[in-house]
Amino acid sequence: MNRYPLWKSILFAAVMLLALVLALPNLFGEAPALQLSRKDGERFAGDAAVQPFRELLARNDIHPDTAFVQDGRVLIRFADVPTQLKARDLIDSTSPGAYALATTFASRAPDWLRSIGLKPMSLGLDLRGGIYLVYQVDTDGAVKQTLQRLERDYRTALREKRIQYDSVEGTATGISVTLKDASRLDDARNALIAVDANVTLAASTEGGSAIIRASLSDAQMKQRQDFAIQQNITALGNRVNALGVSEASVQRQGANRIAVQLPGVQDASEVIRLLGKTATLEFRLVDQSSSAIEAQQTGHAPLGTKLYKDRAGRPVLLKRDVIVTGEQLTDATSTFQQGEPAVSVRLDARGGDEMLRTTQENVGKPMAVVFIERERQLRDQDGQKVAVDITHEDVISVATINGVFSNQFQITGLLAHEGQELAKLLRAGALAAPVYIVEQRLIGPSLGQDNIDKGVRALIIGSAALFVFMAIYYGAFGVVADFVLVCNVVLLTACLSLFGAALTLPGIAGIMLTVGMAVDANILIYERIREEMRNGNSPQAAIRAGFDKAFSAIADANVTTLIAGLVLFLFGTGPIKGFAVVLSLGIMTTLFTALMGSRAVIGLVWGGRAHLKRLPV
Amino acid sequence: MEFFHKVPHIRFMAQRYLCYGLSVVVVVGSLAALFIHGLNLAVDFTGGVVIEAAYSDTADLDKTRSALQGAGFNDSQVQNFGSSKDVLVRLPPLASGEPATAVTQKIEAALKTVDAGVQLRRTEVVGPQVGRELVVKGVTAMGITVLLILIYIAFRFRWKFGVGAVLATLHDPFVVVGVFAITGMPFDLTVLAAVLAVLGYSINETVVVFDRVRELFPVMRKAAPIEVFDRAINETLSRTVITKVATLIVVVALYAFGGAALRGFGLALIVGILAVTYSSMYVASGIALDLGSTHRDLMPQERRTAVDDLP
Repeated sequence: MNRYPLWKSILFAAVMLLALVLALPNLFGEAPALQLSRKDGERFAGDAAVQPFRELLARNDIHPDTAFVQDGRVLIRFADVPTQLKARDLIDSTSPGAYALATTFASRAPDWLRSIGLKPMSLGLDLRGGIYLVYQVDTDGAVKQTLQRLERDYRTALREKRIQYDSVEGTATGISVTLKDASRLDDARNALIAVDANVTLAASTEGGSAIIRASLSDAQMKQRQDFAIQQNITALGNRVNALGVSEASVQRQGANRIAVQLPGVQDASEVIRLLGKTATLEFRLVDQSSSAIEAQQTGHAPLGTKLYKDRAGRPVLLKRDVIVTGEQLTDATSTFQQGEPAVSVRLDARGGDEMLRTTQENVGKPMAVVFIERERQLRDQDGQKVAVDITHEDVISVATINGVFSNQFQITGLLAHEGQELAKLLRAGALAAPVYIVEQRLIGPSLGQDNIDKGVRALIIGSAALFVFMAIYYGAFGVVADFVLVCNVVLLTACLSLFGAALTLPGIAGIMLTVGMAVDANILIYERIREEMRNGNSPQAAIRAGFDKAFSAIADANVTTLIAGLVLFLFGTGPIKGFAVVLSLGIMTTLFTALMGSRAVIGLVWGGRAHLKRLPV
Repeated sequence: MEFFHKVPHIRFMAQRYLCYGLSVVVVVGSLAALFIHGLNLAVDFTGGVVIEAAYSDTADLDKTRSALQGAGFNDSQVQNFGSSKDVLVRLPPLASGEPATAVTQKIEAALKTVDAGVQLRRTEVVGPQVGRELVVKGVTAMGITVLLILIYIAFRFRWKFGVGAVLATLHDPFVVVGVFAITGMPFDLTVLAAVLAVLGYSINETVVVFDRVRELFPVMRKAAPIEVFDRAINETLSRTVITKVATLIVVVALYAFGGAALRGFGLALIVGILAVTYSSMYVASGIALDLGSTHRDLMPQERRTAVDDLP
């Protein structure tokens, strides 16, 4: 008897059943869809949010296939593209500006699959078409900005203390201050420490003149560089969200790059313009002497004030004078103050002075932060393209000044998610580290479809030929190997869907290579069984020995390939990473299916026959 | 069906010095081709602009070239890609600060003068610094892979086997890169991924032979090591051939039907698999043998069996 333990067979069957369900959504394909997200940043919640759109479309005789809420956005799926476009125009004209509308694709999988959270693999840019951008953050430039700011603050500090200097000069990694009067070295040193205590100062006297060399520590340089990158990721992330593109992603890549993927988007120059907005901040006092609502109704802001709106659209009246701008903000982090969410803000010395002066006079009064985004649009004017700067201004915070403070203070009274959001926005509005595009790829939708068609065709032809070969060479055992291969691909698809991995062309190549290499495990086992039979063993003993003796070769061989796959994953970017994920996962699914699956099936079919004379191998 | 009814008795190891010679010639040849021809590196590595355009009819390459020259692109390469209607335009990296979209729009306008119905299927603009980093990363990845594999094999077998496996493994990517240098096929990121996959595949093959050597040493106590290696290769020969056929079926399908984007990947793996077959048999085993692998290297470790089974 050569039965595989029952529990192992059942385990294998159970895993495969689960994999089948997980892989199922991939079978249904996709249909054109509309994705709506609210422009005010709020999320759609509950399926009730869909109802108004259903009714609106029904009134206009447009019948979507289905509509539902996913990740805070409404997705409406249609049978064809003309209906999709008709619906888009209708919704856009009915409530202009309220929603970011994006044409996209949604899975045709039935509702019950979606309701238990199952999704098909998404398609990568090379298969769907779209835009891929890599921004390089000029971290050196960011450090230089910091040094320039420090240099300016040093001059101010020395002037205020009436310490005369010959020069305050920036060097590659610091600032060199040469004093006129060496006797005031200690005073000068104290003045500089007051500006920023974290900067390392080294004083020396050379030829009668005293020099203080200030240098940023490695940790400070790194902090500034990380800040620059985080700031740009936040800013790009906000703008990508505003585009309303589904499955868009903004990711840090390596030390100082940011990769942006926008599937399905085709207008590169428009996107680059929208992503290239610049953001800044203004801290202003709230004007409490007049009513903001009245100003909104009459359309006239009282003298010395300016009317703004907060993110929920409510009017806020602010004083004209700007206390501090984003250029003076050096850091903003969300923290907790006595258990309450808070945002801790740091300003440079000049900003700190202004803030001190303002807060001394205005304790108990509210202060607001305005987030300003500028973008440059090209407009047709009398047949000429004219660049127009458009400014969006939003009040992102109004808080009461509880005490006198200068360059370090906290904004409290926030909800937890508000704290993080506010800190992000503040950072995004700080003096921006320069970015430039180092990589830009645009793949047209027709090429994407072409790639899918050809990739899938190669996969089908290759697999079919392999199946036939195995069946001819190993007979019934070959068919078992084919069955196990199918299990392998189903399991691999299930894993990829579960992890939300995007399928790319190299990914398809990885699946094919997995198929081509997975049969090796079966071949190793079958050749062993044949060998054992030749050596005069009984069929049952040959099966047992075949599996046992092939095991170490299969395990060692796959572990070494897995090493290669993992290194590829760690070092690869873009297409290489996609390939590595599939290759590594494929090796694991191969080990599982080839060792457990083959054993279970062979045990089930041949293992119970005591008087087996020959094996169909 | 069965090709190998009996275990063959080919004296593989007797020819190993000849094969070392052949390997040296192949590796030196690959290096020479690499230095003389160089690789046709894709825009992924060199940086630059690539535009794939689909013409509505058979594309006139000369007209396209002159149209691009008229638009101020003097050092553009224009060639067919996939079919006679598809054209690939390649430009050297842009000067820093030059807006990429403006350049691609200018190219599109130039192509439109040749064929009004032309469609841009793909445009890629890659800065030169990105490519340089990729080369460094690729080489680092290869180095680390080889090192980790050496450690693993040394741990599972012995260091002599590790050295054999690593030399065989290093040998294979050279062959692949050499073929790409000689044929001038474009070498892009996916091809690099394929070359690294060949590394993994190569080691996979070597391990199967070594595994058999490890198994045979205790059985063939009286035999000379060379006989053990020969028998291991012979006994695994049937599996080696069948597996190669199986994998080649799939990879050839990839090469033939996967479209232009996967052709390089397919070719790299076809060449890689052929090289691997040879190197896993001759180079890996030969070096492990010449480093003096003996019975003592691979005696089974003492097992701690339970004693309470004894009568």
